Amino acid sequence: MSEPYTIIIGLEVHVQLATRTKLFCRCSTKFGAPPNTQTCPICIGMPGTLPVMNREAFALGLKTAIALNCQIARFTKWDRKQYYYPDLPKGYQISQYDLPFSQDGHLEISDPKGRFKPKRIGIIRAHLEEDAGKSMHDEVSGQADSKIDLNRTGTPLLEIVSQPDMRSPAEAKAYLQELKLLLTYLGVSDCNMQEGSLRVDANINLHVDTPEGKVATPIVEVKNMNSFRAVERAMEYEAVRHWEVWQETGQRLGQVPKQTRGWDDTAMITRGQRHKEESSDYRYFPDPDLVPVVTTDEELAAVKSSLGELPAQMRTRLEAKYGIKPYDSDVLVSAGQGLVDYYVELADLVGDGKLASNWVQQDVMRTLNEQKVEPAAFAMRPKQLGELLTAIQKGEIDTSRAREVFLEMVASGKSAADVMKAQGIEKVDESELIALCQELIAANPKIVADIQGGKPQAAGNLIGQAKKKNPNINPGRFRELVVELVGKM
Amino acid sequence: MLSRADVEKVSLLARLELTPEELERMTAQMVQIVGYVEQLAELKTDDVQPMAHALEVHNVFAADEVRPSLPREAALANAPHHDKEFYLVPAVLGE
Repeated sequence: MSEPYTIIIGLEVHVQLATRTKLFCRCSTKFGAPPNTQTCPICIGMPGTLPVMNREAFALGLKTAIALNCQIARFTKWDRKQYYYPDLPKGYQISQYDLPFSQDGHLEISDPKGRFKPKRIGIIRAHLEEDAGKSMHDEVSGQADSKIDLNRTGTPLLEIVSQPDMRSPAEAKAYLQELKLLLTYLGVSDCNMQEGSLRVDANINLHVDTPEGKVATPIVEVKNMNSFRAVERAMEYEAVRHWEVWQETGQRLGQVPKQTRGWDDTAMITRGQRHKEESSDYRYFPDPDLVPVVTTDEELAAVKSSLGELPAQMRTRLEAKYGIKPYDSDVLVSAGQGLVDYYVELADLVGDGKLASNWVQQDVMRTLNEQKVEPAAFAMRPKQLGELLTAIQKGEIDTSRAREVFLEMVASGKSAADVMKAQGIEKVDESELIALCQELIAANPKIVADIQGGKPQAAGNLIGQAKKKNPNINPGRFRELVVELVGKM
Repeated sequence: MLSRADVEKVSLLARLELTPEELERMTAQMVQIVGYVEQLAELKTDDVQPMAHALEVHNVFAADEVRPSLPREAALANAPHHDKEFYLVPAVLGE
């Protein structure tokens, strides 16, 4: 980061709320239906129809805004945003302009790998609006008609606008990951980017260090980013491009109209799009067909108490109670509530948070992936896995053999004790272990000489020989004995 | 006061193509309409609460329960062009 500029990024996220029906009519919001089969006179904008607000959509929005620490407006209303586009049948979008239902919140982000310090990203506002339809263009000839599907028209969206508080592409990605995790824990959206349930637009510019102080370059809005990785890449690309444009033109914020650019994930570049209309061009005015919504303190308190534990609190609790590192708590919490529940039960059973964390992150998560099951449906319950881990703790089995037992437990559904018995695994008596160690030391004078000559890794050969003679030996304990006995010679 | 340029801009935003004569006539009419509404500005409103809606009603909600949508045939019936699946519109490219 020796560049003489700071990157400034703000993000606008549109998230589709998990309602069964649209925001202002009762058409289904189910994804993937045949085109134009989920519309009615209200959502296709027939004259004389009246919208009615979906109670669940407002409730989900409220829940999210409270979890984002927003101030909730006691009085809120909806406005018409006018523009012409074929996928907007009414000629206006019902959105919120000057009295959004929530504003002024924040979300904490951190990086488990420590690339940036934990920080708080401000949320300017979150408001509820309806989605537009979908246009499909003939990319090949560019001549044929465009096709319009209005199934998505009127689907409830929560628009979450951040402050321009992010200072690197990595911070932008971390914000999106944390936001998605929060939305998933709240259950307010499925956040499926492929199906368009979560869409991201970014605003980016630079603050360049000059002899006369910091100078802001023109803000550019970037669209068409279809994954968080794409957002990170687009921001990396844009920062360099802004710097080049600045060096070439010296253009400052306010000297040119705001530009919109689209990310091309294949070419890995952004391309200029139409100039954005000034917001006054949208000619917002209050929608006379929708009445305002008033929220009481009692309603807010009820939502607040229904939130449950959120991801940030959960990570802190796991680290404090089970002594695991932020990296580990991040992996567990990011995998979802179900895995955290599994982990907590296992850690409590074996009384060792780190051991439980290792096994859950590696063996359990891998098996869940292979079987494509949720933790709650996983056949091996924490109690059964706990028996295996307890055997490790007691020295009855070493970790690598325990992994084999785990696989057999998964395959056969048998208990740890039964599998260990079937495989002839039992704890080797200490005196037996010492006898074996003495026998091998006597038979391998060259290796003993190597160890004495300052090559302790030579003991590995003896462990290998010992395992052949008795697969049940604990390699860790055996190594200790080798070092101890050779040292006495 | 509203100028001819204002009306030109509004007609562009509304995707209305007006002839020079129509623009002339519309400008005169819009000056009258807006001027009429502007009389309201003469009233003293310092002590009046801003009003967001004409009705003293709030919190009108519907339950999130699916009801049947229109048959596609009916939905597409009024479209100038369609292919029985999609509405068809002149190519919209380059945004």
